[in-house]
Amino acid sequence: MAYALQQLVNGISLGMIYGLIAVGYTMVYGIVGMINFAHGDVFMVGAFVSLVGLLLLAGGIDGPAAILLVLVFAMGITAMYGLAVERIAYKPLRGSFRLAPLISAIGMSIVLQNYVQLAQGAREKPIDAIVTGSLTIFTGDAGFVVAVSWIQILIVITTLIVLAGFTVLVTRTPLGRAMRAVEQDRKMAGLLGVDTNRTISLAFLIGAALAAVAGFLFLLRYGVINFFIGFTAGVKAFTAAVLGGIGSLPGAVLGGLLIGLIETFWSAYFSIQYKDVAAFAILILVLIFLPTGLLGRQEVEKV
Amino acid sequence: MTQGTRLVVDAVTMRFGGLTAVDGVSFTAEPGDITAVIGPNGAGKTTLFNCITGFYRASSGRIMLGETALHRLPGHRIALAGVARTFQNIRLFGGMTCLENLLVAQHRRLMAASWFGIGAVLGLSRYPAAEREAVERARAWLEATDLLDRADDAAGSLPYGAQRRLEIARAMCTGPRLLCLDEPAAGLNPRESAALSQLVRAIRDGTAAGADPCSVLLIEHDMGVVMGISDKIVVLDHGARIAMGTPAEIRADPNVIAAYLGEDEPA
Repeated sequence: MAYALQQLVNGISLGMIYGLIAVGYTMVYGIVGMINFAHGDVFMVGAFVSLVGLLLLAGGIDGPAAILLVLVFAMGITAMYGLAVERIAYKPLRGSFRLAPLISAIGMSIVLQNYVQLAQGAREKPIDAIVTGSLTIFTGDAGFVVAVSWIQILIVITTLIVLAGFTVLVTRTPLGRAMRAVEQDRKMAGLLGVDTNRTISLAFLIGAALAAVAGFLFLLRYGVINFFIGFTAGVKAFTAAVLGGIGSLPGAVLGGLLIGLIETFWSAYFSIQYKDVAAFAILILVLIFLPTGLLGRQEVEKV
Repeated sequence: MTQGTRLVVDAVTMRFGGLTAVDGVSFTAEPGDITAVIGPNGAGKTTLFNCITGFYRASSGRIMLGETALHRLPGHRIALAGVARTFQNIRLFGGMTCLENLLVAQHRRLMAASWFGIGAVLGLSRYPAAEREAVERARAWLEATDLLDRADDAAGSLPYGAQRRLEIARAMCTGPRLLCLDEPAAGLNPRESAALSQLVRAIRDGTAAGADPCSVLLIEHDMGVVMGISDKIVVLDHGARIAMGTPAEIRADPNVIAAYLGEDEPA
């Protein structure tokens, strides 16, 4: 029982990270109808920018102020990467056939991986734990201690704050309304004076900023990153987005949590080597039996 | 503000491959007028409309709204230049509420005030005032179109006639100088048509929702509506203009009668 509770805590904090990345997938899919396969690598870039930020601050300020500063720094820089990816790889292809941006997304993913590999080296980059210690909840039978580490608490709180801000942005602001309008009828939104190109660019920018938050939290939690982490994390977040219903923002967060929990519990009770198999088996099952996902809408053919 | 702006359509031609849908059509829509474009099915009315509103790019010819060359502008700039339109097959944002539909139409104004929405998240800047103003304008138009009680319902859930009115309200929320209506009376019952005529007249005269007077360009099949409200009528047939004049002149024009009754081309 205590063991399961501990896994629940672990799964939720992992799921939050997946959820943050998944939101970027699902938002871009909603607006331009393409899967941004470079998004996982934008997450990886976010983790590296966070690393650089932490190293720049090393010895200077520390504590909560440093963490906040690095987070904002990472969000800003990574957002610019997201914007650049959109400008270079997707915008010139808007209006061409559907597969073109998909292929250029895969190309962009390779470019980002190799760019970081060249710039930062291929070795694993470790950092010292910055947020340490944990909160003991209770001691279970046989002395098993259920504990929530501070970093897990930080992950959950940061994610909730960021997602709350994002929700306000989408539901209450002119930009959010424009994004939903462009999603439903791009041409009509343009006729009403919405600059659709700019709205799409901003969606990429926001998605990248969220991925940067995920990258930052990932770095703090695991303390080791390399240029390839974007691939697995990206595919899992994509699975989360599909599971939740691609195009649905609450679905992405829900899907992220579920994938995190499934992966954690699978590792705990079955075999840790096959945890990715569990996550991707879910992707296959969802695609077969529930193609619209848990909270997705039925695809309606536009006439 | 001046009494609207003159729309000049000058020798506009639109070809689709080998098909010439609109063939050298010219007319002017005077400021403060309701100008109707009529013609049998396939006459090229909607194609002409699409050229004026930036949906299509005319193959040749000029379309001027005041000093602005509409035929050179991309879509979202046309709205900025002061042209708004509705569609024959309604194109509301069905998943958003009526109020939100009207707020999207005021996007440009709100974005300018909120610094890309970031100011809105932080609750900063001039945004609250701009938002209040936008909501007020939207509510005024909902009232003018008799939809105030449906403000928070999804636009897609409204009955057909109400969706048509909402689309007009949304077009007006962009603050246009020229409103283009594509068959606004299609599918309406006689009572709804009468209310529509009233609304269009009020829009022209600037007595609806406190807006400025706005010229209206109209495509319509319902001759009751067309003859009742138009100041000027342009008749198209097979892509070309065959007549132009006041409703009384058009009614008596032999070319128009031939086109509609098919004197020259027995079916």
